[in-house]
Amino acid sequence: MPSALVNIPKKAKRGDVIEIKTLMSHIMETGYRHTASGEAVARDIITSFTCRFNGAEIFRADLFPAIAANPFFTFFATVTESGKFEFEWVGDKGFSETASASISVE
Amino acid sequence: MRLARTIGIAGMLAATAVAAAEIPQEQRRSGLTFMTPETQTMQNDDTANPGMLWVLDGEALWNRKESNAGKACADCHGNAGASMKGVAARYPAFDKMLGRPVDLEQRINLCRTNHQQAPQLAFESRDLLAITAFIAKQSRGTPIEAGSDPQLEPFIAKGRALYAQRQGQLNLACSNCHDESWDKRLAGSAITQGHATGYPLYRLEWQTLGSLQRRLRACMTGIRAQAYDFGSPELVELELYLMSRSRGMPMEAPAVRP
Repeated sequence: MPSALVNIPKKAKRGDVIEIKTLMSHIMETGYRHTASGEAVARDIITSFTCRFNGAEIFRADLFPAIAANPFFTFFATVTESGKFEFEWVGDKGFSETASASISVE
Repeated sequence: MRLARTIGIAGMLAATAVAAAEIPQEQRRSGLTFMTPETQTMQNDDTANPGMLWVLDGEALWNRKESNAGKACADCHGNAGASMKGVAARYPAFDKMLGRPVDLEQRINLCRTNHQQAPQLAFESRDLLAITAFIAKQSRGTPIEAGSDPQLEPFIAKGRALYAQRQGQLNLACSNCHDESWDKRLAGSAITQGHATGYPLYRLEWQTLGSLQRRLRACMTGIRAQAYDFGSPELVELELYLMSRSRGMPMEAPAVRP
């Protein structure tokens, strides 16, 4: 049951620097662990996180096995117009989740 | 020489007996206050607290109709924000049918079997933790009042006895650390007073949400004792004693702990 928590302010003034926070539910299995019987546990991580604003990419991160479960990203952006933030998480085993949030700029 | 040693041991025993007293009300501190400011911020910000992912899932499960009876939790209990407020602060609570206390996870499973004709959810399964976290969240800030039911007294007494009982290869009781040494550190980590104010909670070490029973079992393994099974009466009595010991402290679920 993957679920995302995304938080951005609903309103901002033109030129404001806003904080964007995202939290994605994921086990982030490193691929370095073994079961009790010695079999390797296959890697299962998110490999990429992208944020777009009105279609243009504004933030991207590559993720690796050392990153904790349920990765939390927080970053800042300057807003100049109203629009929609789209978030995308892509990972192993065909993992792909999206979320979006809108902001109105006055 | 032998006399001196006897006196020494007697002295130690006397010291232990004095120190084993419960923590005075005004000195009680939630585990929250032992954490770094960064971890406190993580708990206090619902958009950074990973426990909220389970709360979100729990809300969906609360409204999901179970196939057999076609009933969701919401069909009987309505809006959880109103009907579940303060409920987690009263658990574990006495169950008349069973004649013993049950914790919140067990109550959810009883509701599932008795009213929803749905299979029980496994302890520590994502779904059970999610519903529990969603219900517990409704009591955030509510003072804990578990154990005020007079029928629970014998079970609280059993829990207290287990709490003070030395066990395992390290021969330690819960009270040795959490009543007597909570101002000290163990391998660099704060020992804390063991107030169960925030369960189910997200442990950074676990990288997932976990129940109070999981925490208790981990502590028992830590002192090289045989941990009780999930759902065993001993664990519920221990949970009940811990909650009654924290009476009046505000609920924090879902908390974050290191």
